[in-house]
Amino acid sequence: MNPINRRTFLKGTVAGGVVAVAATAGLLKPTRVLAAAWPAAAFDAKSIDDALKGLYGSSAATPGAITIKAPLQAENGAVVPIAVSTSLPKVDSIAILVAGNANPLVASVNLMNGAEGYFSARMKMGKTSNVQVVARAGGKLHTASQEIKVTVGGCGG
Amino acid sequence: MNETKLKTRPKDGATEILVLVNHPMETGQRVDPKTKEKVPAHWIQNLSIELNGKTVADVDMGVAISKDPLIAVAVKSAKKGDKVKVSWSDNKGQKGGAETTVGA
Repeated sequence: MNPINRRTFLKGTVAGGVVAVAATAGLLKPTRVLAAAWPAAAFDAKSIDDALKGLYGSSAATPGAITIKAPLQAENGAVVPIAVSTSLPKVDSIAILVAGNANPLVASVNLMNGAEGYFSARMKMGKTSNVQVVARAGGKLHTASQEIKVTVGGCGG
Repeated sequence: MNETKLKTRPKDGATEILVLVNHPMETGQRVDPKTKEKVPAHWIQNLSIELNGKTVADVDMGVAISKDPLIAVAVKSAKKGDKVKVSWSDNKGQKGGAETTVGA
């Protein structure tokens, strides 16, 4: 492919992508049904609100009923363990977001076929900030958050 | 290269499924100390866990998941001898996975 064509092609796809994101911001739920599609818009979002809209189509969540097990102070921001559990019935999705990261969405998990409302992982944190967890149960979003102090940031070199 | 480890253990009346993948999880922001150039992003995007052929958890990950991801979920209905399978794919199209049985 010659370089000029490639450039216009890339420009076109980027612009098209932005329009598509704007147009479907409220209608992204159907894409979540296709488990194979990685939700790029949600992961590229710069704010928790935008990430949640990309993931669940809404950022309105009620607090409570979620337990976050994570250190209050993490010495190494590159490896911060976090375990999320909830007693909410019919939890079908859990998302972990770090407010202080450039792209807040860390991971989201869709649970089905008898999986418990439980998810654990290790994540990177650039600096001290709030960690917000969102769980979807019966179509409603529930949330909890905790501040984790980071001594040495885990993003960059 | 990308070794995938999978194990199960009892947890509060349920069965916890733990996955450990040997993967660099490069953010695309890190600068190589020798070449002074940015290391291209390379991370696992999707990891899915099956119990007896049925998907129980489908994890979408960003670059903020730590190097060598350790992921855990739990299922209540699992019995000893049930088959557990994990498979993952990253942004460069590499894939990996592992299988085990509950209680193994």
